[in-house]
Amino acid sequence: MITRRSFCKKSLLMIGGLALPLSAFELFDPKRLLAEKGDGKKVRWVFLVDTEKCVGCGFCVKGCKTENEIPYDANVTRTWVERYVVTKDGKTHIDSPKGGRDGFENRAIDIGEGKFQEIKNEEISKAFFVPKLCNQCDNPPCVQVCPVGATYQTEDGVVLVDRKWCIGCGYCVMGCPYGVRFFHPVYHTAEKCNFCYHRISQGMKTACVEACAFGARRIGNIRDPEDPVTKIITTERVNVLKEEYGTTPQVFYLGLTKEVK
Amino acid sequence: MVHGEAWTLKEFFTYPNEYIYWTIQIVMYPFMTGLVAGAFVLSSLYHVFNVKALKGIARFSLVFSFALLPVAMLPLMLHLQQPQRGIEVMMTPHFTSAIAAFGIVFTTYGMIVASELWFVYRKHFVETALRLRAIADRSFSEHLLHLLFTALTLGAEDISHEALEADERAVKKLAAAGIPVACFLHGYAGFIFGSVKANALWMTPLMPVIFICSAVVSGIALCILTYIVTMEVRKILAAHRQKQYPELPSHEELKSAEIDVVTMTSRYLVMFLVAAITLELLDLIFRGYTAMKSWDILRRVIYERDFVNIFVIQYGMGNLVPFILFLMPRLTIRRAVLGTMLVLLGVFMMRWNVVIGGQAFSSSLSGFMHYHLPIVPHDMETFKEGLCGALLVAVVPFCIFYVLNKVMPVFKDTH
Repeated sequence: MITRRSFCKKSLLMIGGLALPLSAFELFDPKRLLAEKGDGKKVRWVFLVDTEKCVGCGFCVKGCKTENEIPYDANVTRTWVERYVVTKDGKTHIDSPKGGRDGFENRAIDIGEGKFQEIKNEEISKAFFVPKLCNQCDNPPCVQVCPVGATYQTEDGVVLVDRKWCIGCGYCVMGCPYGVRFFHPVYHTAEKCNFCYHRISQGMKTACVEACAFGARRIGNIRDPEDPVTKIITTERVNVLKEEYGTTPQVFYLGLTKEVK
Repeated sequence: MVHGEAWTLKEFFTYPNEYIYWTIQIVMYPFMTGLVAGAFVLSSLYHVFNVKALKGIARFSLVFSFALLPVAMLPLMLHLQQPQRGIEVMMTPHFTSAIAAFGIVFTTYGMIVASELWFVYRKHFVETALRLRAIADRSFSEHLLHLLFTALTLGAEDISHEALEADERAVKKLAAAGIPVACFLHGYAGFIFGSVKANALWMTPLMPVIFICSAVVSGIALCILTYIVTMEVRKILAAHRQKQYPELPSHEELKSAEIDVVTMTSRYLVMFLVAAITLELLDLIFRGYTAMKSWDILRRVIYERDFVNIFVIQYGMGNLVPFILFLMPRLTIRRAVLGTMLVLLGVFMMRWNVVIGGQAFSSSLSGFMHYHLPIVPHDMETFKEGLCGALLVAVVPFCIFYVLNKVMPVFKDTH
């Protein structure tokens, strides 16, 4: 005769026993396995900067500030252009007044605190411009250090900030080796370049790419082998910034030299 | 104006978005948590390791540690750009971040100290509650006090010998559990800095250990200093009340008790001071010896720009001078006051040189930034992240201690 007690006991045992193999079925979902094998993602945004083509006009900075509503005269910017002047004595002089927003009209190098350093033409061994923006790292330290998860990486590789969630501690600003982060002067939350995510996700180019008349800036999808940017990155000699930090940056540079910081 | 622009001066090449984002409040934060941890470790030396000589200061430092605890959070709140969302660190922590551990460690530590205090003061709570209950016609304030102390007993009104012994065992266990948590509370503050790979000065695995050692040093120093100040006040009071209440300890008794406690405690201070200096110098020597890419700019910050802050104030005035003061024979109260004040200055400068010094150079390694401390505030931001904000943080724990002392008198013998 089966008692109520033993019936309950046995049913629980049976449910428990069945749950185990059922959960194993869930573990080996073949669809998910297939998807995860090739990591399933069709898009990974990357950026290509051709430093040989940059003339330092600053249109990209202007375009970015307008598009992304970063107050025009605030001394912060999502993207900027650096000027490098290497003299024959081996010294490197760098500046980026107002992030290069107005171009580089003054020949003298801005050395801060309102001072400028004149460099004679005959002393210069080489000079060039380097545009900078967020590297949308594969291993982003800013995402790692955010205490509330307000900054996160999308499926297609772009690192975004949730302005409604950011507490403004500044840990991400400290954690970025490239100095791309700052506090938005109006929203008072962490702010950075996001490859104009609102544009690229709608099939458009970023504001800086649109603004560059020289083709120094290009955006592409590294997962698409037919993408011209992918072709250049995979076949030509490109470099990235500060690889030693292990961040795996995804902004690639053509013509990068050792002087670039 | 952009956040940070008001107090940052830039020289040579810095990235356009670089400013001193972590200011004096972030100096105060590890300084305050260091004092919390240090004060607790000092009280635990008596409770766990039975260092009898520290009995006089043990209860004092436990209450003081509790008074400092809420203040450890204050500089963070003052620093946040969105303070109203600060609670999210505890509610929705993102565990890959070192800061996310704050909520867990902080509440665990708070609960340990609170329960330890409860066991230490249970007898006092019960006695006070019973005494007030015995009064037939209580005044309004007595009525409120009665309610407070009855609530504080949590219904456990057994103060028999066995119950009190059980209390003592609980105190010992809690104090033992508290030491690693206190070290973790502060060690993780060191980890917050030590794990920032983007910052050449901060990134070292030694950072949490250095932070813990200097925390204990500063905690002990502040306890000695506050202990001396309160004892001096008691001596003055004792002189006045001696005639009225002859059972109170006399001026001479208090004086000899005071110097005994101070001498014993300062020995532990010197021990931890030696450990802290050794580690800091090891870090400095190691950086110079390995001379990595960043050493070029670090060298210029450490030996040129911040030379006075690091070598004169921190190591010289803050470490070497008090070291000599404490090691000279026949320690006097006056010498101990000077010594502990210098130690506190030294530890504060150590925090300053780490936090501000770590931002004194650009991550391009090609330029410098100088922090111009806002003294007279002209808006909320320069108030919070300036001298006034820091002073506010420094004063609050003493106010809390004053209130706590009314409920949990640190000098009345309990068990």
